[in-house]
Order: sequence, then structure tokens, then C-alpha cells
Amino acid sequence: MNSWLVALLGGTLIGLSAAGLLLFNGRIAGVSGIVNGLTRRSSGTEWAWRAAFVAGLVGAGGLSMHLLHQTTASPANLPVLLLAGVLVGFGTSLGSGCTSGHGVCGLGRFSLRSLAAVLMFMASAIVTVWLTHHLFRGAA
Amino acid sequence: MKAALAALLCGALFGIGLAIARMTDPTVVIGFLDVFGDFDPTLAFVLIGATLTTAVTFHFVTRRSRPIMAGEFQLPATRTIDLPLILGAAIFGVGWGLAGYCPGPALVASGAGIETALLFVPAMVAGAIAHRIVAARSNRSKESTGHEGPDS
Repeated sequence: MNSWLVALLGGTLIGLSAAGLLLFNGRIAGVSGIVNGLTRRSSGTEWAWRAAFVAGLVGAGGLSMHLLHQTTASPANLPVLLLAGVLVGFGTSLGSGCTSGHGVCGLGRFSLRSLAAVLMFMASAIVTVWLTHHLFRGAA
Repeated sequence: MKAALAALLCGALFGIGLAIARMTDPTVVIGFLDVFGDFDPTLAFVLIGATLTTAVTFHFVTRRSRPIMAGEFQLPATRTIDLPLILGAAIFGVGWGLAGYCPGPALVASGAGIETALLFVPAMVAGAIAHRIVAARSNRSKESTGHEGPDS
């Protein structure tokens, strides 16, 4: 299948998942928010749906990667990788969302706040890739 | 219990979608972000497919009085575009560009046992906890109302 058709199919599944979580659980499918909620004290039912979502994501997603023979790792070296992880965790907590919460769900809700966040993290990521892959090649 | 099962299935569908879309391959993600170099626009179709689907389905879902397995819809109430939002998004973008992982795909790749994801995920959780500690401390000292919106 055409690679952009596959991408469109993958995106549609992600969108349907977000629709399902809203329809059944009344919640926004923002991965950073769902994970952050797991590290906070909360009621049993609140913790349960978050843990279940993450378990499904990790289990079925990981299995899919095996079936699709996806084994590519991040090109970042160890210190950069750990720094990147800390920045992603800190930034998504401060900015109340990531690619799924602000991107997939926020844009679907026509939220200007989410649009601003998406434009900002896209711009910031594009500049980061330009700096590390072109200006200071080999640094990361 | 039923609500958790629904969330499990939604999480599974989300993970399958991310893997099919190849969001889980950091080199594909970095190729998408490399607009001034070896630009690969394929991932734009992931965003188009996902947001078109949510735009249509959310419209119908939110017309219901309540979700099927919960008391009420819990949608982010904050509308203001403020400094924490912009600064947070900017910091997130740097991390995303450096590693090629955002939270969902990193978790999925850790489930597949990809070593870089297994290292990235704990660092990501530590970063989020670090922010909460910083935010709680500054709230206590300022006694402010805080500008943190609900996580989305």
C-alpha cells in the first residue's frame, strides 16, 4: 500500500481511539496527561482507566511493532536521549499536553489553545532538528 | 470495571494506530521534522487522518448528555493561551526533536522492547514529576491561583 495511505489509516485509527475514549469514558486521549495522572494520588476507578489505557497502548502497540518488523531505535546517544526524555516530560506537564492531547484531540475540538501549543512544539522541534542535523551536525 | 475495559481497548487501538502510522520509528519522525533537509512529509497524513476523525466524531459524541460509562465529559476548561502553555510546548518540542519520541510512541516502542525507548520513558516520567514538584513549590510561595490547566 502507498505509504501516505498507510499513514492516513494509522491516523484514522488514532482518531477513532480518541473518539472511543471520549464516548465511553468521557476523557480526552492525551497520553502525557493520562500517564501523569498515574503518578498522582487518585481514586481506584480514576487510576484503573488510566492504567488500562496505558496497558493497552504498550501491549497492543508493542505487539504491532513486532508484527510490522519495526526495530528502529532513536539515533540520539545516551545523554541526549535522557535529556530529551526529561524535556518531553517536563514540557508536556508544564504545557498540559503533547501530540495526542493538543494535536489529535485539541485540534479536533477546534481549541485555539491547543492550536497555539501545536504550532509552538512543531516549530521548536523543527528548529531543534535543523540545529542538531545541519548546523551542529553530529552533536546529537 | 467495564470502563477500564473500554479504556484498555481504546489504548490498544491507539497503539496499533501509532505503529501502523510509523510514529514509533524515531527516524521517520525526525525526517518529518527535517523540513530544511531530507524532509519526509508522510507523517502529515497521520495528523490529517487523526484530526479529521476526531473533528467529525467529537462533534457527535459531545452532543450526548453524558459518556456511556462515566458520569460526565471531562474536557479541558482552560481557554487562555498563556506562558506555561507556550513555554511547555517549546520545551517539549526540543525533546521531541532531539530523540524523535513523543510520549505515546515512546511508550509503544518500550512495549516492543526497543532499548532507546526503555531509557527514554523513565526519564520522561521523571521530567513530569520534576515539573510538578517545581510547580507545587512556586504555588506555595506565591499562594497564587496557578495557571495550570487540566492535563490533556
